[in-house]
Amino acid sequence: MRAAAAAVAAMLAGCAPQTEEGTEPGSPGPDANEGAITVVSYGGSYARACVLGYHESFTAETGIQVNLEDFNGGLAQIRAQVEAGAVHWDVVDLGVADTVTGCDEGVLELIGPELLPPGPNGEAPADDFLPETNTECGVGTLLYSTIYAYNPETLPGPAPTALADFFDLERFPGRRGMQRKPEANLEFALMADGVPKERIYELLGTPEGLDRAFRKLDTIKDEVVWWEAGAQPPQLLADGEVIMSTAWNGRIFNAQVLEDQPFVIVWDGQIMDRGQLVVVAGTPHLEGALRFMRHAARSESMAGVGRYIAYSPARRSGQALIDRHAETGVDMWPHMPTNPANMKNFLMADWEWWADHRDEMQERFAAWLAR
Amino acid sequence: MRVRDRAVTSQGSPSVSQPPARPLWRRALGPRLRAAGLALPLVAFVSVTFLGPMLSLLTKSFYDPEVADALPETMAALRDWDGQGTPPDEAFAAVAREFVAARTERNLGRTANRVNRVASGMRSTIMGSSREMVDAAAAAEAAGEAMDGAFWRETMIAIDSRWGDPEPWRALEAAGQRFTARHYLKALDFERGPDGGYQRAPEVWRIYVPLFWRTFLVSLGVTLLCLVIGYPVAHMIANAPPKRANVLLLLVLLPFWTSLLVRTTSWIVLLQNQGIVNDFLVAIGLIGDDGRIAMIYNMTGTFVAMTHVLLPFLVLPLYSVMRAIPPAYMNAAVSLGATPFQALRRVYWPQTLPGVGAGCLLTFILAIGYYITPALVGGQSGQLISNMIAYHVQTSLNWGLAAALAALLLGGVTLLYVVYDRLVGIDRIGLG
Repeated sequence: MRAAAAAVAAMLAGCAPQTEEGTEPGSPGPDANEGAITVVSYGGSYARACVLGYHESFTAETGIQVNLEDFNGGLAQIRAQVEAGAVHWDVVDLGVADTVTGCDEGVLELIGPELLPPGPNGEAPADDFLPETNTECGVGTLLYSTIYAYNPETLPGPAPTALADFFDLERFPGRRGMQRKPEANLEFALMADGVPKERIYELLGTPEGLDRAFRKLDTIKDEVVWWEAGAQPPQLLADGEVIMSTAWNGRIFNAQVLEDQPFVIVWDGQIMDRGQLVVVAGTPHLEGALRFMRHAARSESMAGVGRYIAYSPARRSGQALIDRHAETGVDMWPHMPTNPANMKNFLMADWEWWADHRDEMQERFAAWLAR
Repeated sequence: MRVRDRAVTSQGSPSVSQPPARPLWRRALGPRLRAAGLALPLVAFVSVTFLGPMLSLLTKSFYDPEVADALPETMAALRDWDGQGTPPDEAFAAVAREFVAARTERNLGRTANRVNRVASGMRSTIMGSSREMVDAAAAAEAAGEAMDGAFWRETMIAIDSRWGDPEPWRALEAAGQRFTARHYLKALDFERGPDGGYQRAPEVWRIYVPLFWRTFLVSLGVTLLCLVIGYPVAHMIANAPPKRANVLLLLVLLPFWTSLLVRTTSWIVLLQNQGIVNDFLVAIGLIGDDGRIAMIYNMTGTFVAMTHVLLPFLVLPLYSVMRAIPPAYMNAAVSLGATPFQALRRVYWPQTLPGVGAGCLLTFILAIGYYITPALVGGQSGQLISNMIAYHVQTSLNWGLAAALAALLLGGVTLLYVVYDRLVGIDRIGLG
């Protein structure tokens, strides 16, 4: 019932968008309670990009302070807060599989399409957002990729160019970094084994296909160093602990431009996924949270993030605004996962499949790791 | 501190003494109650913060009412179904009513997730079908059609042909059992067979039983390693002159007072591939630069770090027991003709057994529940059962399974305790 009431409130707030756009810069919010909202994200270079990219402009425009908190993803804390009736997170940065699961459970606010602002040239949001970036409760803000990168200083000789090279111990002997979870690794294994990308998830759903993925992973298992936090792969590469590692493309980009690391990203077989913002159901700062969502959904905000880290805006008009890195002047477009040059062979992550199979895959993966 | 001999305790109990004791019993009651009253804050504290939460969590391992409460009509309609073919029309009608209502209330997702744990894929089957079922119900209402069981049978199978198979219905029925053994079966690596019964999972899916074994063996290994290292240390401290003993004791206590995380991550600095130990070995030419030894992110790392972290728990009880042993015993044994080894084995060692028992039991039980250290330095092969419990509590939120795993672990430790009591006698444990 709380969820239903909140949904009505969300719709009402969405129906009166002019109040936000018409507010003078710097003028405080109408309600003293709206003085601050809590936004939860993944920390590190990504959170920094969000603060510089659009949190600051949001505070300047609305007078609402943004308190930033870090977490490691997942619905556990959101569920706990909603069930306890003590919601202190307002806006959360979540993966799509979690967004949809949380939405079905009623722990997230429904976000009506009327909340989404038009593009800078009046583009209608329905056409402007890339397909499948928005869901009932989530507003798509960016596209990011899981790729693999190598360090040419510790990997002399011929350079790897294809996803299959990651699994080729003969031509590229040495340790490899991979994330310690089944997501992306299973897809990488099947793609490298020559499965066409349209059939990856269909095959993973069968016992034979799953066995095939694990057999492929078996071939490099002894050489794998497992990472857990996004900041680890650049560190492993820089330390020479591994010669190549899977990673989130933005973290490698940051090491390249801000730390002058010579890392090279192999875009072949990149797995693209969407990042979304959600509002926790029953937040006491609903109006402020929705204003924040509306601000974050602007093309300029998404491009603002894209000026600090190589994650692509989820809107076409936002992609058009991508230019140079704000601190080093590096051209951002060649580093974006949505650059057609980087998308010659890519896989879109299937959140529905993962929402259905995550627990099961985690068990199988843990059993495999322990063997 | 030493636990008294059993015979003494049972003789001291007033309930055993004979009838005329009544006035005495009366007189003894007042002070006894007052004494017990002093313990009340502790009892209340332990009940509220430990026993209560523990029992409520353990209950979740066999009691799971969520699906039964969410879909009561469906469960009633499925009660008489024999599990073959498709259930009767009433079940289709009941499931449709409850799916559509829950979907409109936005709380079907929780139910779907629960059923998905019984059979993967049920989440999308339920959420996907119910979305279309809401539309179908609205359309039928607008057209004035009757929404009976036959209507829903046809509609649901048209929306998703799987509703024409027995599997989704069996999954619903299984998830709707309030009292269930499925968490325990899963924790013992059993799975649902094609006929709905349970069978041992294929080897590639077995995870918990091997992990229990590994946890047991690692804990045993760490305890023995601690004993081998800690025994001489404790002996040395116990027999050193007071000033030096204090310094040595401080050396044991200092790491004990240091944060667990700091100690564990220090081992990473020391042992990693480009770490201090490997650098040193390369520098002195013992190994080549390409032959660096993998000492961390594997079982070696888990053993080294856990032994270091747990060592004080063995040294301290041993030390306090050893300090109470008069050196005269050893001197007497040697002067009566025993070799030093004989004296150690037959005179000294038996006297330290209470300390050995206490230290080993403490170390072993702590080791069996360890998870931060294995998570940080264990790599792929150094994970223990507690890491899986933490995963199911924090990430997958499958508290039923977590509770079943924890209950099995608790049961195992209790069993070991009982065995230890039978073999050695728990009253022989002492902290000096």
